[in-house]
Amino acid sequence: MQDLEKAFQARIDAGEVIEPRDWMPEKYRKTNIRQISQHAHSEVVGMLPEGNWITRAPSLRRKVALLAKIQDEAGHGLYLYSAAETLGISRDELYDQLHTGKAKYSSIFNYPSLTWADMGAIGWLVDGAAIVNQVMLTRTSFGPYARAMVRICKEESFHQRQGYEIMLTLCKGTEVQKQMAQDALNRWWWPSLMMFGPPDAESTHTEQSMKWRIKRKSNDELRQYFIDMTIPQAEVLGITVPDPDLKWNEERGHYDFGEIDWDEFWQVVKGHGPCNKQRLDARKNAWNEGEWVRDAAVAYAEKQANKQEQIAVAG
Amino acid sequence: MKKEWPIWEVFIRTKNGLEHRHVGSLHATDSKMAIENARDVYTRRQEGVSIWVVESKYISASNPDNGEELFDPAKDKAYRHPTFYKLPDEVKHM
Amino acid sequence: MNDQLYQYLLLLGDNPLILGHRLSELCGHGPSLETDIALTNISLDLFGQVRHYFQYAAKLNGENQTEDDVAFLRYEHQYKNTLLVEQPNTDFAYVIGRQFLFDAYHLPLLEQLMASKDKQISAIAHKSIKEVKYHHRFSSEWVKRLGDGTEASHQKMQTAIEDLWPFVAELFEETPLEQAMKEEGIGADLSQVKEKYDADVQNIFELAQLQRPDHQYTQSGGKKGVHSEQLGYILADLQYMQRAYPNMTW
Repeated sequence: MQDLEKAFQARIDAGEVIEPRDWMPEKYRKTNIRQISQHAHSEVVGMLPEGNWITRAPSLRRKVALLAKIQDEAGHGLYLYSAAETLGISRDELYDQLHTGKAKYSSIFNYPSLTWADMGAIGWLVDGAAIVNQVMLTRTSFGPYARAMVRICKEESFHQRQGYEIMLTLCKGTEVQKQMAQDALNRWWWPSLMMFGPPDAESTHTEQSMKWRIKRKSNDELRQYFIDMTIPQAEVLGITVPDPDLKWNEERGHYDFGEIDWDEFWQVVKGHGPCNKQRLDARKNAWNEGEWVRDAAVAYAEKQANKQEQIAVAG
Repeated sequence: MKKEWPIWEVFIRTKNGLEHRHVGSLHATDSKMAIENARDVYTRRQEGVSIWVVESKYISASNPDNGEELFDPAKDKAYRHPTFYKLPDEVKHM
Repeated sequence: MNDQLYQYLLLLGDNPLILGHRLSELCGHGPSLETDIALTNISLDLFGQVRHYFQYAAKLNGENQTEDDVAFLRYEHQYKNTLLVEQPNTDFAYVIGRQFLFDAYHLPLLEQLMASKDKQISAIAHKSIKEVKYHHRFSSEWVKRLGDGTEASHQKMQTAIEDLWPFVAELFEETPLEQAMKEEGIGADLSQVKEKYDADVQNIFELAQLQRPDHQYTQSGGKKGVHSEQLGYILADLQYMQRAYPNMTW
């Protein structure tokens, strides 16, 4: 056992990719299931705050772009569930973990989308933050996860642009539109920074995950990278990032930024954000109301297969 | 009833002249639905001209534990490769 | 401008607009991820068709009109979609039933429009028919799955068909506008569309173990701008931004 684990770690250290049927420590399997499914759940729950605005999109062009983007998220959820399934857990079990609250998803989706500008802010900031994380994960050690990420990153390249373009149009628009954009930035900025997870000092999973190359960079590193990347984009928009402590630190070569309200973060993680209940209810409803449909398809397929068999026997 | 939809593996030919390649998997109750789902899930950006699907349970796979006996013996057969054979430089087109 | 042609484009574009809207409401709420993605694909196809019709309509109208003016800035009675497509997503059987009953009409309609004397309409029909063939395949497969699936699904599918059936006749009621367009060789001949429709529906219902409803009463009015209560709510969503923030660029 010890030897197997050592050999496994040696493979990881040598940069090898682990495939589903390879030997792996149970904890590696579990950690991957937890992380991949959490990621999958985030994609699927993440459809809801934006889905909220499809029917109200202000133009046909925006409507189809938003619809296509949200549909991609369903696809990405599907790729990720498939990756998790290679580890010997079924999609139904994974859903069950989501619906019973056993599995988590990204807390950002427990915030409400209040105006059209939120479609811009979500695409720009939330997708922007997600991409930072996902690009790192294209080189994660578990093969199916890494491959899903490659595909997802390729497809997501338009998502952030879609959001930023919405913001850009608003910021070049009327006073009302500018205010709408600023308001959205005010509400989504801090939750976006929280997307990278708790500070490294408090992160429970980081160390082992780094050792196994499930994760390749720490929460704080990724957060800093995101901030450095995003501030100049905000400047182009001409709107103000809601952080009075934000300033360029010449010495560090990075932006310094203010204290994140971790109490709020934990409150939302523990289920008490503005929309936790309604998001989960929406998922549960879709699943429960879909049960008779899924059953019907199974029953129909079985009937058809039986018919084929009878024809074969008779023939 | 609560029976889960079976998993299918999806293979896509991106254009004629190329082989079908494995692109991922999905759930479906029969092959017709699997092809339609594959079309909707995996060819949204014109990724394909042809789709194969096979229910995952019908795929047999080699055991990674047997990797050494299966694949290592091919390692020292350098004579299967053209570079094994030394020819004078003036010999062309070979 | 050619007002009849303009009106006819509205008639052609409003069905996919409102049906696309109904399908888009389901994004994120489908019975499985695969089905969710499929329904969204149909919705996207329909909006694509809408944009073709309305870009053309806007051009006819001149005065710097855009597709969005046509789609978003009309009053209730100016929308010409049939009552069928505005019916709500009561459950998945209604979604599939509504889709199939429309696809079975949409497909032969486009076959006719491909031969339209109007080059643009013909081009739009050529492009759209590929999409609609797939919609039809998708919806008819699901009608069969639900109709001939479990006891419960059969019941729900039959109920949905019963409830939606009164809206079917309107698809084939020839309005003066449609008659005029047909006579000019621009529009479709609905009697021919209906022939194919009846055969198709009969066939799929048989395979799906469904009874074709025998009641005779029908509901219509949508094509002439007299809608069900549903449309007002749809427009409240659809037009919200354009109405609340008029004359802005998005």
